[in-house]
Amino acid sequence: MAHHHTVRRHSRPRRPRQGAVLLVVGTLLLASACGGGQDSAEDGGTRKVTIGLVTKTETNPFFVTMRKAAADAAEKNGAELIALAGRFDGDNEGQVAAMESLIARDVQGILITPSNTTGVLGAIAEARRQGILVIALDSATDPEDAVDATYATDNVKAGRLQGAYVRTALADRPPELIMLDGTEGSSVSQQRHDGFLDGFGIKDDSPAIRGRANTNGDRNLAQTATENLLQRTTDVNSVYTINEPVADGASAAIAARGLTRQVTIGTIDGGCDGVRAVRAGKYAATVMQFPVRMAEQGVDAVTEFVESGKEPSGFTDTGTELITDKPVRGLASHDTDWGLQRCWG
Amino acid sequence: MRSPGTTSPTAGPEPGAALREALRYALRTPTVGPLTALAVAVLVFSLTTDTFMTPGNLSLVLQQTIVIGTLALGQSLIILTAGIDLANGAITVLGTIVMAKLVFEGGNPAAALLLGLVVATLLGLVNGLLVARLGLPPFIVTLGALSVVYATSRLYSDSRSYPVTSDLLDFWGHGVHLGGVLVTWGTFLLLGLYAYFWYVLGKTGWGRHIYAVGNAPESARLTGINVRRTILSVYVVAGLLYGIAAWQALGRIPNADPNAYQTANLESITAVVIGGTSLFGGRGSVVGTLIGALIVNVLRSGLTQAGIDSLYQDVATGTLVVVAVGVDKVLRRGDTR
Repeated sequence: MAHHHTVRRHSRPRRPRQGAVLLVVGTLLLASACGGGQDSAEDGGTRKVTIGLVTKTETNPFFVTMRKAAADAAEKNGAELIALAGRFDGDNEGQVAAMESLIARDVQGILITPSNTTGVLGAIAEARRQGILVIALDSATDPEDAVDATYATDNVKAGRLQGAYVRTALADRPPELIMLDGTEGSSVSQQRHDGFLDGFGIKDDSPAIRGRANTNGDRNLAQTATENLLQRTTDVNSVYTINEPVADGASAAIAARGLTRQVTIGTIDGGCDGVRAVRAGKYAATVMQFPVRMAEQGVDAVTEFVESGKEPSGFTDTGTELITDKPVRGLASHDTDWGLQRCWG
Repeated sequence: MRSPGTTSPTAGPEPGAALREALRYALRTPTVGPLTALAVAVLVFSLTTDTFMTPGNLSLVLQQTIVIGTLALGQSLIILTAGIDLANGAITVLGTIVMAKLVFEGGNPAAALLLGLVVATLLGLVNGLLVARLGLPPFIVTLGALSVVYATSRLYSDSRSYPVTSDLLDFWGHGVHLGGVLVTWGTFLLLGLYAYFWYVLGKTGWGRHIYAVGNAPESARLTGINVRRTILSVYVVAGLLYGIAAWQALGRIPNADPNAYQTANLESITAVVIGGTSLFGGRGSVVGTLIGALIVNVLRSGLTQAGIDSLYQDVATGTLVVVAVGVDKVLRRGDTR
């Protein structure tokens, strides 16, 4: 018995072995390609309600939360959810392809978080032409009535709340502001930026703005940008950040310069990491948004549309709440205990 | 016999010949161009801002270079063999996730670190086997790896990020204060790695083999170099370097994010190319790569401090890449003449 195991093959034919490896890899690829083609939309005589969800990406915790909430809501309603996504924030082509695939699969409603206000309008129009209810989640389209209804954060309002908080926290100190924006040309970036300045009470060309940078919402780029801006001047007492990863990068750079005590950082998101960072004092406040509400309301609306024919319409603000452990006079806020019970991600 | 007064037409010092010779020499020494570009950039920003040429800022530029610098070192080795690596950022991200997640869940930091390094090295080994053994194009192999490894990071991390609390994992972000300026251990490691690979490439058989394989694989094979093994070893070493970059990344930002370093592959190629290493293989130096990586960050830092929009930083960097490849192309044409 044992002898068999110790026998060594001395001449190992190389070519056939390489062939075998290729064969195995090829078979696996084929098998995986075929496995994905099953369609389970048909369910006996009565057709299940099928709802498509198209998020900006599959990776951002915000959209991961939204997808999970939509799946839970669909299950509760006895509906089926097909979740697709673009490959990166701004991937209009990927979102259009996802829409087309959902139309081909004959869904009754599509929930989409448009990467760009106009990038997917053609696909949306085609879906609606075929009688599919289309609801925008998270961000509105332009024009807003390109979709049947919108369930989203009012990003201007969120920015305004953030700006008002940071300005009030400065008390009588004259503002010296750094602005860490998202992506050039993104509507959410623009709305939050404009809202912040409005709430903060200055204009875009104000000399109180000591520096600005695009960060693509990326922690690493935000830290580098803040480090470089602080090289220019350390006369800074307030920072606008487009989202929590950016606030994280900014706070690291500010802490490294020993400026934490003089600078108030405000941000938007309400992820659990973000709320914990507020609690730890890394930034003063965050404005929480509610992806779970967006997803649940969207799924319920589609279900109701299929069952009773009632069509939703207009913009529904899914709410924003200021989370801080340092409340200021005149602005309603919740503490981080409240935030940790309702945060996402 | 010629009288002392007569001179032949060629004997006298032709005006400008020395200058032309110096220029020729400079163009043929791969690091002269990048070094000049770096010097010009530093000079311009020193004159136009009062904040660029300060010890604190120079320390920052170094800190901002550490991760990409290490990735670019691995990328240099691969490009010297006429390959390319599109997956290095993805491998680094998976490394950070493995390290940080294991510690976050209560694992031993040293074991987590070791596992992260092993995972990165193994991924280098897989890429190397596919390139060296099956003869697949490096571009295709690493393009595939890019998708697979990023997806793996996201699956393994549940698409969430993991904070780092271990002193071992964020070690490279700490350092010593020299004259009031923080110089991180990561900076020393980066310079050490470059010095080591500068030595290895120039003075050892393995280094010479890499250049030979990149220059003309068939000639290299005929002179008795094991081409496959050389290429395989380069991908494995690069994988280990990406693992080290992952460790350094946790020092720079103590948070492992599955979405991070999405453009690191292109940034590392940018540094290599600006540093004067030929994309066609066999020619260049890692010292040039370090200078290339520094140029990119000097531009970013200087232009930000000069208050110039970040989009112009991309314009400047992109232009430099094309210029660098153009210079390489012109030099190549000179060789074949």
